[in-house]
Amino acid sequence: MTAIVDNDNTTQDPSRRAPLVLGAADCATVTETVSRIVERPQPPLAWYVALVVSAGVSGLLFAAVGYLIVTGIGVLGNNSPVAWGWPIVNFVFWIGIGHAGTLISAILFLFRQRWRTSINRFAEAMTVFAVACAGIFPAVHVGRIWLVYWLAPYPNQMSMWPNFRSPLLWDVVAISTYGTVSVLFWYLGMIPDLATLRDRAQSQWRRLFYGLLSLGWRGSASQWHRFEWAYLLLAALATPLVLSVHSVVSFDFAVSQLPGWHTTVLPPYFVAGAIFSGCAMVITLAVPARAFFGLKDLITMRHLENMNKLILGTSLLVGYSYGIELFMAWYGGNPYEFFAFANRAMGPYAWAYWLMVICNVLVPQLFWFKSIRTSPWIMWIIAAAVNVGMWMERFVIVVASLARDFLPSSWGMFRPSVVDVMMLVGSFGLFCTLFLLFCRFLPMVAMAEVKGVLPHGDVPEVDSTIGGNDS
Amino acid sequence: MVSTETKSDTTRVAGILAEFDTAETLKHAASGLHEAGYARYEAYSPFPVHGLYKAMGRRRTILPVLVLGGGMTGCLVALLLQWWTNAVDYPYIISGKPLFSLPANIPITFEFIILLGALSAFGGVMVLNNLPELFHPLFGCSKFRRSTTDAFFIGVDVDDKNYDETETADLLRGLGATDVQIYHHPQSERRIPGIVTAVASLLVALALLPPLGIALVRFAPKSQPRIHLVTDMDHQPKYLPQQYSPLFEDTRAMRPPLPGTIAADAAIDNTHYQLGQVDGKPANTIPITITAQAMQRGRERYDIFCATCHGLAGDGDGITSQLAFEREEPKWVKPLSFYNKSVVDQPVGQLFQTISDGVRKMPGYKSQIPVEDRWAIVLYVRALQKSRNATIEDVPEELRKHLQTETTKSLN
Repeated sequence: MTAIVDNDNTTQDPSRRAPLVLGAADCATVTETVSRIVERPQPPLAWYVALVVSAGVSGLLFAAVGYLIVTGIGVLGNNSPVAWGWPIVNFVFWIGIGHAGTLISAILFLFRQRWRTSINRFAEAMTVFAVACAGIFPAVHVGRIWLVYWLAPYPNQMSMWPNFRSPLLWDVVAISTYGTVSVLFWYLGMIPDLATLRDRAQSQWRRLFYGLLSLGWRGSASQWHRFEWAYLLLAALATPLVLSVHSVVSFDFAVSQLPGWHTTVLPPYFVAGAIFSGCAMVITLAVPARAFFGLKDLITMRHLENMNKLILGTSLLVGYSYGIELFMAWYGGNPYEFFAFANRAMGPYAWAYWLMVICNVLVPQLFWFKSIRTSPWIMWIIAAAVNVGMWMERFVIVVASLARDFLPSSWGMFRPSVVDVMMLVGSFGLFCTLFLLFCRFLPMVAMAEVKGVLPHGDVPEVDSTIGGNDS
Repeated sequence: MVSTETKSDTTRVAGILAEFDTAETLKHAASGLHEAGYARYEAYSPFPVHGLYKAMGRRRTILPVLVLGGGMTGCLVALLLQWWTNAVDYPYIISGKPLFSLPANIPITFEFIILLGALSAFGGVMVLNNLPELFHPLFGCSKFRRSTTDAFFIGVDVDDKNYDETETADLLRGLGATDVQIYHHPQSERRIPGIVTAVASLLVALALLPPLGIALVRFAPKSQPRIHLVTDMDHQPKYLPQQYSPLFEDTRAMRPPLPGTIAADAAIDNTHYQLGQVDGKPANTIPITITAQAMQRGRERYDIFCATCHGLAGDGDGITSQLAFEREEPKWVKPLSFYNKSVVDQPVGQLFQTISDGVRKMPGYKSQIPVEDRWAIVLYVRALQKSRNATIEDVPEELRKHLQTETTKSLN
């Protein structure tokens, strides 16, 4: 391949393959670009400011959770009839965010979408942190968190076992499996890059830190062979997993009898929404990060454009789900079902419903235009709107359905408490804190993988044992 | 894991390290070594070079088999766990659904397959790659540090049967190596100091004590309630007798009875009727008016309250008793037959007290059956006892004929 010194790799000209990495990139410059972010002795002042702010905000979360545990569940806005309030909304929201990471790292890996290499580490980290944020909400919202071990099947003096046919227990198992597999996938992929940092380390402490984390990786052909197999197998396991996790989360709703929840469209609808919101979060984080850390040659406009196409595609799926939900409510002929959806669109929570429709269905349509797909700040604003819209979607599903069910005498409105607001805002703080620490101490881009897709790094012959197709 | 590079003759040679320019020459050289009969060598690259492992003539990894095993174990564990816990050991009866059916158990089974499959993939790659391996002679080679950035190396182990310092080096140069050097084991093996090992072992041993103590407390028989960590039920906000309460004007938590309240014992003015006692002894007479109506009432109440255990005829063979024997309930005591001499000889007052307060396994029925009905039941029980050993002489004269004709009719 000829060296293309051209900073536009978003072309669709089929006669030449667009480079996945820009600039005069070779193995040394890739290592240098990524490692120097971690290695500079002093991060810029802005990093400190951002860390202090987000750590402070995450303090709100911990203060709220501490207050909740000491005082009791009454400090939340949850009450009859809306017994599942913001904690469940936030939980579903954060779990959804986590889905893009596994999509990019596992599904795109299986489809041999090699452009994923620059952003997969980033997205996987996002997954792990989002799952960490998500896990807090259902855990504290059970009330007596110190009895949470009752969820585990262990022989006890009550001679009781958990009910394995309850969707709530499926949820616990699915989320913990997802968290575990995401961490394993993230860490396994990072080991060769941690070894790079170990070998470049100048101080004894850094060498010890990255030496322990990289477990003595040497990059021998045998190690790479098994590593690639393990990575492929983990990707193959994570792909059905990512589709199952949000399906299981949707069972919490779909398996119940409540109008507005009891629908079979919920699992695919939730999965599409999760990937949609996750891709939007990748854009929200990647646009500032690539500008801030000088990664524009690695996380190129082509990556962002591809993410925007994914957002557009999943937005259409989500919009279709909204439509089919309304259609089925009418076509099904169940008056309660129809009321639930009419109430969403025209009841007291109509503002949330229409905000959701605007943010999730209408705004992403702007991505039909290439000029918008390739301008960083406009796409950032659209992605932020999608984040808002997806939170609203979960709010509409959880709160609007519970607030008005079968019996008009037991209708009621939901009012979030201060603790609710602190927990939501604080969870963003925790997410940002973890992300900032990740940017500072761990390799943000999968260096070894990027080296594999460099034009000169391409070895034409394909390892038939992996059964790959390097097109 | 890092040691200074040393050229001293006193250190043991570990092997030869050759550097190559590109992934292509590395692959070529690796394949060349394989053809030359070398087995103990490794090719190092900063990214996976496809085809390299195959060029070295190595066998494919067994990792996929391990993952398959892990996944199948997960499937089996999940199904057995759900079947044993929810269908056998603690059957959950939910809306009449079957205790065990595959569809309802799929989500958990699926997640277990993925979880154990993923754990075996990660564990497998760690074990097969011999990681963590924090000490290796190559880490002492300052040149080798570039292998994770942009350099390609082949290291031939000194233990290889074809290893020869000059011949191997020449072979590697001939295969395109740009630089060939010997690498050594570090001069002093970096070992964990003995004191660290000793202290760590001691700490591990000490760490076993608390769980042992807990197990001891948990399983030893005790007369006192066991120590428990969750004290939710120990501290309940409630008033106890004789406590102060600001809620009431008289500041007493215990409320005095309302005016006109009669204590339960205070209402007994006729011990014969209410307790079945005369002068503290069981009464010998029934204090209610004996009528056919009372007898009929007694029979009806007996059939409702008593017959399930005692049987319709009072032989102690009611349906509950039969079931208890069928199930071999260890603590069941069969009700005495009413025709047992000890029961026949009891004064009616004692029968009344037994119905009211219970005896042996039988609970008291005074809260369910009013006094009048209890005496009616006693009356009926006496009639049952009498009828079992009755002769025609016991029947009033005017009814004898009627009874005889009726009996003959029904027998025919």
